[in-house]
Amino acid sequence: MRQSLGLIAAFALALGSTSSFAADKSIVGLITKTNTNPFFVKMKAGADEAAKANDVELRSFAGKVDGDNESQVAAIEDLIAAGAKGILITPNDSRAIVPAVEKARAAGILVIALDTPLDPPNAADATFATDNFLAGEMIGQWAAKTLGAKAASAKIALLDLNVNQISVDVARDQGFLKGFGIDLGNPAKIGDEKDARIVGHDVTLGSEEGGRKAMENLLQKNPDISLVYTINEPAAAGAYEALRSVGRDKDVLIVSVDGGCPGVRNVKDSVIGATSMQFPLLMAAKGVEAVKTFASGGGKPKSSPGLDFVNTGVELVTDKPVGEMPSIDSAAALKKCWG
Amino acid sequence: MTDIGSSRPAAQAFELVLDKGESRVAEFEVRARSPLQKLQHFLHANPTAVPAIVLLLSVAAFGFTVGPRFLSMFNLSLIIQQVTIIGVIGAAQTLIVITAGIDLSVGAIMVLCSVIMGKLAVTIGLPAPIALVVGVAAGAGCGVLNGTLVTRLKLPPFIVTLGTWSIFFALNLWYSASETIRSQEVAKIAPLLQALGTPVNVLGARFTYGSFFMLGLVASIWFALNRTAFGRHLYAVGDDPDAARLSGIRTDRILFSVYVIAGVICALGAWTLIGRIGSISPQAGQTANLDSITAVVVGGASLFGGRGSIIGTLIGALIVGVFRNGLALSDVDVLWQEFAVGWLIIIAVALDQWIRKVSA
Repeated sequence: MRQSLGLIAAFALALGSTSSFAADKSIVGLITKTNTNPFFVKMKAGADEAAKANDVELRSFAGKVDGDNESQVAAIEDLIAAGAKGILITPNDSRAIVPAVEKARAAGILVIALDTPLDPPNAADATFATDNFLAGEMIGQWAAKTLGAKAASAKIALLDLNVNQISVDVARDQGFLKGFGIDLGNPAKIGDEKDARIVGHDVTLGSEEGGRKAMENLLQKNPDISLVYTINEPAAAGAYEALRSVGRDKDVLIVSVDGGCPGVRNVKDSVIGATSMQFPLLMAAKGVEAVKTFASGGGKPKSSPGLDFVNTGVELVTDKPVGEMPSIDSAAALKKCWG
Repeated sequence: MTDIGSSRPAAQAFELVLDKGESRVAEFEVRARSPLQKLQHFLHANPTAVPAIVLLLSVAAFGFTVGPRFLSMFNLSLIIQQVTIIGVIGAAQTLIVITAGIDLSVGAIMVLCSVIMGKLAVTIGLPAPIALVVGVAAGAGCGVLNGTLVTRLKLPPFIVTLGTWSIFFALNLWYSASETIRSQEVAKIAPLLQALGTPVNVLGARFTYGSFFMLGLVASIWFALNRTAFGRHLYAVGDDPDAARLSGIRTDRILFSVYVIAGVICALGAWTLIGRIGSISPQAGQTANLDSITAVVVGGASLFGGRGSIIGTLIGALIVGVFRNGLALSDVDVLWQEFAVGWLIIIAVALDQWIRKVSA
C-alpha cells in the first residue's frame, strides 16, 4: 500500500513537473478520427504549421479505426492531465464523446470540434467545419444543370459511406438530392425518398474497392444509371472502374465531395464531373489560432451567421462550369487541394 | 475321466446350463441409421458438400425471388469477379487455419505489397516486372516474420499476427504517405500491375484474368494439399502437432513455410487488388482479414485445425458474394445485408459442429 502510494506520488510529481516545464508554451491537443485517412493527415499538417507559427505545443492523437471512441476518450483524458489549453477533435462518435468533452471543458479547456459537429453541437465551445449539406447541394445543382432536360429522366445511384447514417454522410447525400431537386422526405435520414429516379443506395466504406462493388451491384439493379453521387473521391474512383469495365464510363456522370489532390486530378481527367472541395488544413489552422487567442485571454470563437458552426468554406471544382454557379477549374483547385 | 483324447468331452450335468448362455465375446452394436444420420455421415466424409449445397440453394433462392436479373450469366460472373480478392486471400488463410492457426495480418500484407509495387513502378519508375517481383518478395518477408515469431518464439499465431497487422499497416501508411496512386497513372506507367483486371468475355459472362488466376491458385493449392506429402503433413500438424512430431514430421518447418507461402499469396492478392480497383490505395484491404476468415469458416474449415478444404473456402467466398449481390438486387437495405451475413457465419459453424458429432 505504502509502495503504491509512493508510486502515485512520484507519478503526480512527474506529471506536475512536465506540465510546469511546458507551461511556457500552451499545449494544444489534436485528436483526429484516424491517422490513416489522407484528409486527417492534411488536417494534422495544417495544425503542425499553425502550432509553429503561433508558438504553441501540438500533441496529436487519433482513433485506431473509424468509429473508435475509446482511444479518443483516452486522448482527452491524457490532455486534461497534461494541462492542455485547448483540444481540437474530430469525433468518431458525436454523441458518445460528449461526457469526456464536458470533463475537459470543466477543467477550463477550450474544445473545438473540427469537420464533424458534436451532438448536440453546443457540447463543444465551437465547431470548425465544412457545410456538408451545402457541399452536397452544390454538386446536386451542378448535376441538374449539366443534365438539363435529361434531369427529369435521370437514373440516380447513391454511393454512401456506411450503414451508421452518421451526420456527414446524411448531410452530403441529402444535400445532393435537394440540389438536384428531389423531395427529401426526412432530411435526417438516407433512403426514405420516394422519387422514381433514384435507382438505389449502397455503401462504400469510402474506399475504391467499396465504390466499385456498390456501383456494380446498382448497375445490376438498373443498367440505365446516368448519374452517380459518391460520398468521397475514392468511392468515385471505384465507381468509375466499374463503369469503365462495362463501357459506360463516357456517358455516366459522377459527382463527389472532398477535394483531395487525387480527386481533383480525376476531375481534370473527366473521371469525376464535379466535386466540392473542403479545407481541412484551414480547419486545423483556425482551430490552433482560436486556442492561442483563448489562452492569451481572448474570447471563444463565434459561429458563422445563421449557422451553429464556423464555416470553413466549400468550393465547387469542375472543368465544365454551368451558368451562374461559381466554381474553380481543376488547375486552380490542384494548387490548393484540401488547403 | 475316461475319454480324455476326444475333442468334446461329454458335458456333465452342471455344465449343460452353459449351452443356454451367451457365447459371443464382444461385438459392435449396429443400429439402423436414420436418413438424417446417413446424411450426417455423408457430409462428414465430404467436407465441401455442405458449402456446395448451401451455394446451390442460395443461387436457386435468389434466382427464384430476384429472377433473371440475378441469374444472368453476366451477373453470376460478376459475383466471381467480386470475390476474387477474398478468394485469393482466403486461400492463404485456409492454409494457416488448417494448421490450427489464424492470420490477422493478411489484409495488411496485401495492401503493403500493393503500395510497394505501385511506388516502385509508378513513382520511382522501375520496370513493372521488377516492382512485381519485389512486391512478392516483400510478401514473403512478411511471412518470414510471422513464421519466425510463431515457430521460434512459440507465440500464439493470433497474437503474432495481431501485432504484425499493426506493424505492416503502419509501414504501409509510412511508405505510401497515405497517398493514393490513381488508376490513370498506373495504366499509363505500369499497365502490368493492372493486368489481372483485364476482362474476358465468354458467352455473355465476363471474367477477368484475376478470376482465372484465383481458380488456378485454388487448383494448385488443392493439388498440394491432397496429392503431396507437404499437404498431408499440414493436416497432421493441424490435427495433432505432438503426434505429427512423433511420427517424424518437422512441424516447425511446416508451420514456418505455411506463413511464408501465405505471405506470397497475399502479395499475389495485392496484384489482383490493383487489377480490380485500378488505383493503389493505402486504405484498401481494411476488411480483408475478417472477410477471409468468414470465407474460410463458411467454407467448412475448422478454426481448431486439421479440417478444411481449399475448394470449401472458394465456395464460402462465393456464398457470401451471392448473398451480398442477391440481397442488394432484392432491394434489401445494406443494414440487413450485414445482419444476414452474420447469421450465415453462425449457421455455418453450427452445422459444422453437428456434422462433427458423427465421430464423437
